[in-house]
Amino acid sequence: MIRDITIGQYYPADSVIHRLDPRVKIVCTLLFLISLFVQNSLLGYAIATVFLFWVIHASKVPLKFILRGLKAIVIILMFTVVMNLFLTTGGKELVHIGFLHIYEKGLRTSVFMAVRLIYLIMGSSLMTFTTTPNALTDGIEKLLHPLNKLHVPVHEVAMMMSIALRFIPILLEETDKIMKAQIARGADLESGNIIQRTKAMVPILVPLFVSAFRRANDLAMAMEARCYNGGEGRTKMKPLVYRKRDRAAYGITILYMVVIVLVGRFVPFQIWIF
Amino acid sequence: MEMVQAKELIYEYEKRDEEGNVIGMSRAIDGVDLDVLPGQFVAILGHNGSGKSTLAKQINAILVPSGGTMWVDGRDTRDPDELWNVRQSAGMVFQNPDNQIIGTVVEEDVGFGPENLGVPTDEIWTRVEESLKAVGMIEYRSHSPNKLSGGQKQRVAIAGVIAMEPKCIVLDEPTAMLDPNGRKDVIRTVQELRKKKQVTVILITHYMEEVIDADRVYVMDHGRVVMDGTPREIFSRVEELKQYGMDVPQATMLAEELRKRGLDLPRGILHSEELVEHIMALKKR
Repeated sequence: MIRDITIGQYYPADSVIHRLDPRVKIVCTLLFLISLFVQNSLLGYAIATVFLFWVIHASKVPLKFILRGLKAIVIILMFTVVMNLFLTTGGKELVHIGFLHIYEKGLRTSVFMAVRLIYLIMGSSLMTFTTTPNALTDGIEKLLHPLNKLHVPVHEVAMMMSIALRFIPILLEETDKIMKAQIARGADLESGNIIQRTKAMVPILVPLFVSAFRRANDLAMAMEARCYNGGEGRTKMKPLVYRKRDRAAYGITILYMVVIVLVGRFVPFQIWIF
Repeated sequence: MEMVQAKELIYEYEKRDEEGNVIGMSRAIDGVDLDVLPGQFVAILGHNGSGKSTLAKQINAILVPSGGTMWVDGRDTRDPDELWNVRQSAGMVFQNPDNQIIGTVVEEDVGFGPENLGVPTDEIWTRVEESLKAVGMIEYRSHSPNKLSGGQKQRVAIAGVIAMEPKCIVLDEPTAMLDPNGRKDVIRTVQELRKKKQVTVILITHYMEEVIDADRVYVMDHGRVVMDGTPREIFSRVEELKQYGMDVPQATMLAEELRKRGLDLPRGILHSEELVEHIMALKKR
């Protein structure tokens, strides 16, 4: 059961988006998320939709994979929609049932908020689907590199992240083993109320922690033995280099941003709805 | 000049009670002399707690001596300026294959050492390729290490060390957690490397079969070197070995038992082929 957890959710495929430099993907995803909030017109959303679906198509990630990520936010989404729908006042009154009123402005905000949230999740999960966790760590390290001057240990944090990613499957396997060992000794993990079940986790967590510390100690020694000495003076086996396609991706995204900002400024939404 | 040399080496650590107060010193290594010539294959034997792993960590300067001196390729391991040179010239492979692989992809892990040394990118790639070829793992270069068997992981770890181009490789019980097949694979890989790259190999183990081909064997007990010599010399002293809690290879054991029953066999037989030859010779007479 514990093996079902997937972290990073990388979807392996051979596409232009997969091959892009992770920095490009991080920056462009951020720009896309911003673009959802700087405008509020039907035309703007239409452009964002075309852009998003075009990129999804280019990434060769099946749409249903990306939509699956939305399951996690269904409740938040419903809540936002309902709240906006009934509590925003303004414009023409459209529906009146008992004490519930739906105004024109409420309908518009709730629809736009829903679209924003959905695109937010879709956009960011597209990034994790097309970038390996390691590439993502590398990208973050390189992007945050200037913070080094402020004595932020960027390299060390990135190294910790990538080691954590490497050890997730190992520790999951170990948890499985410990659970089986405790069950074989008569531990009851499945029955009882939530407090009893939480208590039953203690004999699993303690050995897991002990073993994790032992592993950390071994690993630190192995890294030192291989001359690891922090980020200074280190070269990269796979350095991040911008290529033509990366510059093109930046270009396209910036163009998209310019269009979105212009639309937000010069096209008032009233023209486009009702 | 010796590749690795120890003179009167002592390593002590503080013994603590449950509250963490120092209650005395414990000697893990007690006056060890060690001489390893370049290109040699040296094995260090000993049961658990004999100090053999502590000695291995001294060679890589993970631990430094409390007394006496350890030189690796002519450098004193206690000199902080030489630390990284010592570690580069003596690579180390540890016991647990999972806990020494850093990369999430095989080739990235092999590249970790050269990256730390500041080797230029192009050269890292050639080194990684060569090292993976040398241990016969090149077809797994883009695999995740989690999907490999123990023996394969250990070979990747060896490749990771070779990629740093050390003059000497220290293997600290590399086969202790492996199944018999993995064990054979790893030992064969080490042997081949020794022939191809002329590296010095220091193998720490408690499996007798693995030391048969060594140039020199040291037996440790309670932090001291109690026996040293060629495998043939060592394994002819069966009774003494047993006293230190060590076994002898099966062929040696059988020959010893047969000798006790009155067969005229020489001492220190190591391989089963050798034993067969001697028995056949007896039969002909």
